[in-house]
Amino acid sequence: MTTLGQVATGTPTPRRRRSRGPLANRSYPHWFLLPGAAVYAVLFIVPTFASFFFAFTRWNFFSIQFIGFDNFVTFFEDPQLTRGFTNTLIFGVITSVVKVALGLVLAVLLTSGIFARGYLRAVIFFPVLVSTIGVGITFRALLDPYDGLVNKSLAAIGIQGPGWLTDPNLAIFSVIGVDIWKGIGLATLIYMAGIVAIPRDYYEAASIDGASGWKNFWSITVPLVMPATTTVIILSLIGGLRSFDLIWATTRGGPGFASDVIASVIYKQYQAGYYGLSTAGNVILFLVVAAIVLPIFVWLNRKQTDL
Amino acid sequence: MFTVTRRKKTLAVASVIAAASLALAGCSGGGGSADDGPVELTWLQGTGVQTNIDIAQALADAFTAENPDITIKVDPSGGSGPDLDNLVKTRLATGEMSDLLWYNSGSLFTALNPDQTLLNVADEAWVQDLDPTFVKVVSGADGGVYGAPLQGADIGGILYNKPLYAELGLEIPTTWDEFMSNNEAIKAAGKTAVEQTYGDVWTAQLLQLGDFYNIYSQDENWATEWTENKVKFADTPEGVRSFEKVQELAEGGFFNPDFASATLDDGLRAVALGDAGHYPMFAGLYTSLLTIAPDNVEDLGIFAVPGDDADQNGATVWLPPAVYAPANTKHPEAVKKFLAFVASTAGCDAIYSATTTGPPLVKGCSLPDDAPGVIKDTLPYFESGNTSPALEFLSPVKGQNLAPLMVEVGNGTRSGADAASLYDQDAEKAAQQLGLPGW
Repeated sequence: MTTLGQVATGTPTPRRRRSRGPLANRSYPHWFLLPGAAVYAVLFIVPTFASFFFAFTRWNFFSIQFIGFDNFVTFFEDPQLTRGFTNTLIFGVITSVVKVALGLVLAVLLTSGIFARGYLRAVIFFPVLVSTIGVGITFRALLDPYDGLVNKSLAAIGIQGPGWLTDPNLAIFSVIGVDIWKGIGLATLIYMAGIVAIPRDYYEAASIDGASGWKNFWSITVPLVMPATTTVIILSLIGGLRSFDLIWATTRGGPGFASDVIASVIYKQYQAGYYGLSTAGNVILFLVVAAIVLPIFVWLNRKQTDL
Repeated sequence: MFTVTRRKKTLAVASVIAAASLALAGCSGGGGSADDGPVELTWLQGTGVQTNIDIAQALADAFTAENPDITIKVDPSGGSGPDLDNLVKTRLATGEMSDLLWYNSGSLFTALNPDQTLLNVADEAWVQDLDPTFVKVVSGADGGVYGAPLQGADIGGILYNKPLYAELGLEIPTTWDEFMSNNEAIKAAGKTAVEQTYGDVWTAQLLQLGDFYNIYSQDENWATEWTENKVKFADTPEGVRSFEKVQELAEGGFFNPDFASATLDDGLRAVALGDAGHYPMFAGLYTSLLTIAPDNVEDLGIFAVPGDDADQNGATVWLPPAVYAPANTKHPEAVKKFLAFVASTAGCDAIYSATTTGPPLVKGCSLPDDAPGVIKDTLPYFESGNTSPALEFLSPVKGQNLAPLMVEVGNGTRSGADAASLYDQDAEKAAQQLGLPGW
């Protein structure tokens, strides 16, 4: 548009400043960035690199002893680790997939003209605001196999409820259910923002062409909320792979080790005082999450720009 | 345009000064000067065992009655199991521990790094009055002594219901096979044979730990060899047996239906009321029953975990937890006074007013005559000398994962032999962290 202006009036655009790269057009000096950068460096960059260093040592609060890769070897030899990795992947993938699918469905529902829409939106979002530990403790009581409300209600209609948190094969899936209940509101919110941003013109054009609701959904809504989908996938995947507090509050990684994830394995090592080992575990978790999420992020972004 | 009037400027400066002084007031400085004037000591302990809280309160009240200047505030917010370990280790390391601490003796105590974190009381006169076995388990490597005992010695064995035994005509088993046939009889009578309470995860390890006498009786040096990494549970027949015993019970279907979620109090209630025949537990924890089922306290008895030889039947002994003080306490004189009180006959009386555990470890104290039956059942083992300290008192090496491993054996996820070798690997991590030679 500037070019058009130039052609139209014939006067050259006065040069503001010589181009000095991306910061050239800032109207405030560079050192305004310093406080923020300092906080970020001290609280995020320095500890990350420090933990890379401490992972190669055996340390407690009094002494430090450099032992090379021993911590990593011990961590990978931990017999509970395979279980931890599998559970982490199951937890991350299932919560992410369900939040994406269910979140989109709920968002479509809550942006349509249904009755009491405002109330339903509040109800769906409310669990996101509640303390995770509080949710964990509450559900631990609700899912108690003999005294819990869930199994007592099922017994009232004649169904023998399983040991939600005490059956080794079921425990991790029960926690996944609780996590989905808690986090679905955020996914729905992000999707709702994406859906209302879609221009109405598309839907009007489609209705002129006689498209059904289903076709509308698949051909217009889903492709055009792709940015929101990317966000939800990335956020829920990172959160799910790193999840700790809900699992800890409901089962402590139990029964036995059945619902252990990498984060709770690391926490147990820290509790026992094996600080170096648990630092190594955190480094490994960081690398694993980055290795899974970065490629997905790049791929999803590429898909986005193609639209 | 925005102009700042003179009044607004004054107001702004005044509010900045007020906010700054509020922030500074929040940074509480060190407590008052040493011990002149009334002193309040705080005493941190774990959660969930009412008996222990009662003992602490009884000691605190009795001490303040004799020393009105010093009050003690009992703080039972420490959590339990690994949460308690975590809290205590962190607070000791960062110098924020309360004035007094209730904690185990033995290997758990060693893991606190006592030479560097706890107040040394080796020079106090009352240390001479303590049972030498106990002194060993509250001592550091350099000869420092750090704690006073909070109970008598206790036995970890199998609680049983006396009326049920009388009704079914059962006798106290001295071999494992006799124990199993008793279990069959109880199960046939429609009761739970062996109560398990995995809702409180730490209780899952009681049977395996209580079986240690049967390892000790075969080889008295096993614990020393274990510390030097010369023997393992998986290589020792009796060692593997102690894990497999739980597997046998699980496979026999002897557990209560709610074993995966029942708690310690549920277990005590079940065996006291006769709903269950057996419950592997410490004798000294019967005291919860004084509130839960006071009429049934005398229905409880205890016997040692049986081995395979009737002639070598003995009990595994737990030395009591102790009260310690952090090295940097602000009231060392008051704290030392309290420790001296705990290790005196007045302290014994206070403890016995809250609970009656086994034989005391302080010279001059004696077991009250009105001790309940379950405690009196432990005396023959002590008197005949058929006892061994539990492994955690003979060796500083203890893995952190024994309880969850026993939960897995109990719910059928893992075999006893597997659990034994996994526990060996787990103990290796602990030994390496302690920097022990040979690992």
